[in-house]
Amino acid sequence: MSKKILLNSKDIEIILHRLACQLIENHNDFSNTVLVGLQPRGSFLAKRLADLLKNQYHIKDLKLGLLDITFYRDDFRRREQPLTATSTEIDFIIEDKKVVFIDDVLFSGRSIRAALTAIQSYGRPENIELLVLIDRRFSRHLPIQPNYKGRQVDAINEEKVLVTWKETHKKDAVYLENN
Amino acid sequence: MPELSVDHLLGIKYLNAEDINLIFKTADHFKEVINRPIKKVPSLRDITIANLFFENSTRTKLSFELAEKRLSADVINFSASQSSVNKGETLIDTVNNILSMKVDIVVMRHPNVGAGVFLSKHVDAKIINAGDGTHEHPTQALLDSYSIREKLGNVKGKKVLIVGDVLHSRVALSNIFALQLQGAKIKVCGPTTLIPKYISSLGVEVETNLEKALEWCDVANVLRVQHERMDINYFPSTREYTQLFGINKTILDNLGKKIVIMHPGPINRGVEITSDVADADQSIILNQVENGVAVRMAVIYLLAQQIKR
Repeated sequence: MSKKILLNSKDIEIILHRLACQLIENHNDFSNTVLVGLQPRGSFLAKRLADLLKNQYHIKDLKLGLLDITFYRDDFRRREQPLTATSTEIDFIIEDKKVVFIDDVLFSGRSIRAALTAIQSYGRPENIELLVLIDRRFSRHLPIQPNYKGRQVDAINEEKVLVTWKETHKKDAVYLENN
Repeated sequence: MPELSVDHLLGIKYLNAEDINLIFKTADHFKEVINRPIKKVPSLRDITIANLFFENSTRTKLSFELAEKRLSADVINFSASQSSVNKGETLIDTVNNILSMKVDIVVMRHPNVGAGVFLSKHVDAKIINAGDGTHEHPTQALLDSYSIREKLGNVKGKKVLIVGDVLHSRVALSNIFALQLQGAKIKVCGPTTLIPKYISSLGVEVETNLEKALEWCDVANVLRVQHERMDINYFPSTREYTQLFGINKTILDNLGKKIVIMHPGPINRGVEITSDVADADQSIILNQVENGVAVRMAVIYLLAQQIKR
């Protein structure tokens, strides 16, 4: 198995700042916008971006939620391993809000499809955008594209993109693994 | 994520502590789901569930049906009183006829002990026991433990008293198994005629003095006197039963502490429990009903996960 580094912690830091600035460009003071991290892996990126927006860019009332999509997936009972649910933490109203979904890697687009259904349980948003750290091109099963992306990667199906965070792996990095 | 160690939910007796933990963790997620503005998830869109009730039920039947619908399963209902069972059809025939309509899960309540186990050996569907005679009522025991865990933080080490008609109660037996798996201490209290002879072989202590028993416990689970299952008189009169084993506000106020009151329903107000106790803050009877839906969703979800197409 070979492992190639795609982004190191410095690259990730620059990308996070860029994504934060792009969000501010479109959402100003975030008074009508909510960020929603997709559990489990998108929550780290969402929390990091929210901290950055609050502390470095002085956005005061930023709303961050975490959405679990387990019960909305289309591969329930079709996988070898049972699915594990994580918690949903959304303590605000989604109705008529601009929602930004945040996830680490966009691959087939099926998780985003599930998230689009799941979020409807909390109301009807005005619109929904998608922010991802890594966009794997040419691997989509559904017509879903990101509005904001950290880095676009051309990887073949056997390759796996692995994102690690300081909070869990002591290091921010993105690797390309080949089995 | 681990899977359940069993293929059917026939009784708590067949589960282990990890199974209970897994059911509770899954139920936590469903509890959040049923408190959303839109209380439904699409997980079981392609699953059909038959609710077969060969014995009367209000709460359990509604709770199962709601749990199934909240998971988006297709549901068919059957009550013995309106069926061909009265025309002499056997249980296996009834169920096989229903299964030919492509049913994946059967939820069954039956007056005979072991009906669920019997069915699981003869038909090709997941079986959930919703009460078999005086034997087990596993989902009730799970929701009782879940409610204790929610109220007191943990079941381990807690002292739980089961008061009343233990002899005829499937809730009592399932509760004893479930609480023991989770490390709780259990005592039963009631007229000696309504305490099973071999209860001590389950590691359960018997206390016939209600005040002493209540003084000992953290949680009292009060059972209904099941007149419909009594073929002889087990105590002289309902009035005497109430005087000796009925829980009222005075007894509770005289205790040095505030204990949690539970009741699996239906309540006979003024017999085993007075109205002011049933409606007091320390009573979690209605929380039990709400948790029942979440716990049943978890059980159905986890069993459905094992069905491969």
